[in-house]
Amino acid sequence: MTRLANGGVVNRQRRLNFRFNGQEYQGLEGDTLASALVANDVKVVGRSFKYHRPRGLLTCGPEEPNALVQLLSDGDQPNLRATEIRLTEGLEAKSVNCWPSARFDLGAVNDWLSPIIPAGFYYKTFMARPWDFYSRFIRKAAGLGRLPTERDRGRYERVFHHTDLLVVGAGPAGLRAAQVAAISGADVMLVDMQMSPGGHLLFHSREIEGKAGAEWIAEVTAELKGRRNVTCLQNTTATGYYDHNMVLAVEHEPEAAWLRERLWHIRAKKVVIATGAVERPLVFPGNDRPGVMLTDAVARYVSRFAAVPGQRAVVYTNNSTAYEHLELMLSVGISVEQVVDLRATLGEAERELVQRNSIEVVTNGRIIGVEGRSAVRDVRVAGESGIRSVSCDLVCHSGGWNPLIHLYSHAGGKSVFDQESATFIPGEPVQAVHCVGAANGTFSVAGGLGEAAGIAGSLVEELTGKQLGSYSSRPEVAEIPYGINVIWPEKTLKGKAFVDFQNDVTTADIALAVRENFQSIEHVKRYTTAGMAVDQGKVGNPNVIGLVTKELGEQQGSVGTTTFRPPFMPVSFGVIGGSEQGQLIIPARTTPITRWNIAQGAAMDEAGANFRRPFYFPRAGESMDDAVAREARAARNACGIYDGTPLGTFELQGPDTAELLNRLYTNRFDNLLIGRGRFGLMLREDGRFLDDGVTFRVGPHHYLMSCGTGAAGVVYAHIDRLLQTEWTDLKVYLVNVSAGLATMCVCGPYARDVLGGVETDIDFDESFRFMDFREGRFAGVSVRIARVSYTGELSFEINVARRHALMIWTTLMNAGQNYGITPIGSETSGVLRIEKGFVSPGHEGDNITNPFDAGMAWIVDMEKPDFIGKRSLRRDLDLGGERQHVVGLLPDKHRALVADGSALLPDPGGSGRSGFQGHVTAACFSPTLERTIALALLKDGHHRHGEKVLISGLEQSCLATVTAPVFFDPQGQRMRG
Amino acid sequence: MLEIPCPWCGLRNENEFICGGEAQRKRPADPDRETDEAWADYLYNNANPKGVVTEWWWHVSGCTLWFKIDRNTLTHEITPIEELPE
Ligand SMILES: [Zn+2]
Repeated sequence: MTRLANGGVVNRQRRLNFRFNGQEYQGLEGDTLASALVANDVKVVGRSFKYHRPRGLLTCGPEEPNALVQLLSDGDQPNLRATEIRLTEGLEAKSVNCWPSARFDLGAVNDWLSPIIPAGFYYKTFMARPWDFYSRFIRKAAGLGRLPTERDRGRYERVFHHTDLLVVGAGPAGLRAAQVAAISGADVMLVDMQMSPGGHLLFHSREIEGKAGAEWIAEVTAELKGRRNVTCLQNTTATGYYDHNMVLAVEHEPEAAWLRERLWHIRAKKVVIATGAVERPLVFPGNDRPGVMLTDAVARYVSRFAAVPGQRAVVYTNNSTAYEHLELMLSVGISVEQVVDLRATLGEAERELVQRNSIEVVTNGRIIGVEGRSAVRDVRVAGESGIRSVSCDLVCHSGGWNPLIHLYSHAGGKSVFDQESATFIPGEPVQAVHCVGAANGTFSVAGGLGEAAGIAGSLVEELTGKQLGSYSSRPEVAEIPYGINVIWPEKTLKGKAFVDFQNDVTTADIALAVRENFQSIEHVKRYTTAGMAVDQGKVGNPNVIGLVTKELGEQQGSVGTTTFRPPFMPVSFGVIGGSEQGQLIIPARTTPITRWNIAQGAAMDEAGANFRRPFYFPRAGESMDDAVAREARAARNACGIYDGTPLGTFELQGPDTAELLNRLYTNRFDNLLIGRGRFGLMLREDGRFLDDGVTFRVGPHHYLMSCGTGAAGVVYAHIDRLLQTEWTDLKVYLVNVSAGLATMCVCGPYARDVLGGVETDIDFDESFRFMDFREGRFAGVSVRIARVSYTGELSFEINVARRHALMIWTTLMNAGQNYGITPIGSETSGVLRIEKGFVSPGHEGDNITNPFDAGMAWIVDMEKPDFIGKRSLRRDLDLGGERQHVVGLLPDKHRALVADGSALLPDPGGSGRSGFQGHVTAACFSPTLERTIALALLKDGHHRHGEKVLISGLEQSCLATVTAPVFFDPQGQRMRG
Repeated sequence: MLEIPCPWCGLRNENEFICGGEAQRKRPADPDRETDEAWADYLYNNANPKGVVTEWWWHVSGCTLWFKIDRNTLTHEITPIEELPE
């Protein structure tokens, strides 16, 4: 047993069963998966990425590079760190990167092959053939974890929070900062990623101001909880620091049982970063063997979880912190076989401590080898008196500390190298961010507490104007002064010494990269992949940078550091989405007729502006083509009805409305008569199509504009911007009334008869001319009815308040029963458009076509003083040259399948032209003409009517005759008559 | 995410706004009199300074006001420059 009888925060009354790599184990409530594995003496927890070497736990925290697992029991989540998974009954997990198992892994052959897979191997080797060729073999061997195949059952939410002061990290410095700031009454938020507050005090028994660490934490925490201006969150990881002091934090397993994670968007006036530091490994051959663990991690497993990772330890260090843990190790029965210190001399406190406990120390010592493939057996120690083997089952090492400056760095701050502590610490802050304690390179607890109090005091003084003074003194803490001397291993040593555990980067790889003339740290990183794995080099980066610097022969700190980017820890997609999952990602907009349409069995389709609308209405046994043909024939020969509610409708009022419309449209609207409508074309300033639609004049200063579904937002933005920024002198109100109105279109030869059959005070006789509109009562409610046509048929559009829409619709369906009234979908409406050759912005009207190319010169009034797009059109005209024009195409084969976008090539039998001639913009089978028709953009198309072109298809190509872009009723007698 | 000071609504998150680009871009009073070069400059070219730029912003998911701010492209420091129109 490696679980202690006493101590720790685990509940010995509550045993939890779990499975790891197929084996049954028992842990205790309060364990993490990692601590439970330690307590069960499981040494191998995973395999490394490239060489598939067996790996054990290196750390006890979120920086863990080795123990990446797939969590099978909770939604199949890949690449979680065992150190962060709270143990629960029935938990099941397995190591990633292992096949078939962690202890016996076939990929480990890479380890023996390693001489032929050096740094940059992939870059150098896989140039000869396309990557696809190699990836088939490599992906099987590589890959981290496995994507879940099931839908994520977890639920997530996002919340926003504003605060005066955000403190990140509830270690001693963070707690003190929050405590001091809270006194002022300012809003304080304290977030911390561990399960309970206290930071490293949870693991290391220290006395602060004469109190035991736990007691001090309890006191401060109670004080904070008692204040209404303080919000404390545990299990909450601040993952990124963004512009204007926005910090994102993910709260794991919040108190609400139904919630898996909650994403906090925290906007703080000031931010204190007290995220502490993580211990840095030493670089020595075999430093990745299972059983080689950071000293801080050993102390954490022992004191927090009462789990003992080994019985006979060798401690290897270049700094003083390892000594802090020696007495703890002895107290739980770990025999400290030897301390190997890279430094020549010890500090006074350290010397006293080892003497008091009779521990043997080898100064100027090195570990030059670690034996034992799946568990440490012994180490070879080189000291002043020669080389000696020391038998042990645990190697604890400490290479100093890496301040967690990620958030500071996200905020835009640069780090500087501190020679004394041999690490990167924050420099000048950017944004309102302040680092304190170990995150600021202040490795003494007393120093960190003093710093935190001082900074918090001055920040709240700035925020609230209140003076606080009493807390800024440096308190009494019993601790060993921090001292470090970084000594790199000799190159002559045999065996792999790792600097990045997760990506298997060794000292030899770094040396090779430098030999191959990579000098920038950013380049070395990418070439060797050091620091690019899931852990983003949290423990390894400083060693990589240090080694590169050494290889380059530069002064430590002179090559700079790589840039930290968010997120600090991986963030699940689920929590980014929050509650916006499935259909809620982009909620579909509906019309009052949507339910009726669905009840009729309509096939629904995406339309513009997030609308879903009927595509076509299949009857039993009908194919899509059958249904579209039936609907189109009904519209041409009897009566069709179409739900046009998604169209945009704007009211424009004010004395300058006519002038505004004259400037917006290519044609005139000032001379439009009241009660009449006119088709208008709106361009962008570059002379290309923005939208088209009919605008009516309701009164002298009152117009009603309609525009396409997808364009409604863009057109509104376009007009509103011009009114607010360019033409501020124009007196016009613009109101988007689309959402309040429903629009229904009744078309076809019997349209008049259908409408006449409904109780109304509106005359639908010959006096109701094309482009007229009338207001009145219809089926008992107020309506506005316009005679416009998007199908080429006699057609009336009914505008009514939404609440009456379904009633009007069903009334019309009843009234039209004897006339064969047929609901038509958007596909049919598209077919009717193509038959009529109505140019559609987005199809024919692309980013090159101008109205002249589209044969719409009739609607462009170049004599007007100005309109949006006029200057650019004039340049088109000045420039001349051959342009693509909108034409019709009649394929020789009447039932040819023509895809939108098909390229047009010259007729192989004639013409003398060569190369690409244009493309098909819209094609369909016309039920009216009983043949395939198409609209197209064709080079010089206006002058090529009657010529043949080849429509190039993927499966077959066919010849087609170029025609005018109108296939049915070219004079428009049906819609005007 | 930036915080944009809307003269009407106060500080609001950037995702409620649409940036309308550099405010020095002003539509010529009489485009017909512009040379091709000047017109192309108006249509397509930005000053894109390293430092302070005056920009249009549109509070589209709020009060729908268009307004100008000064924004430092290096630091994102923002200075409101408009009072609420009467
Ligand atoms: Zn606003």
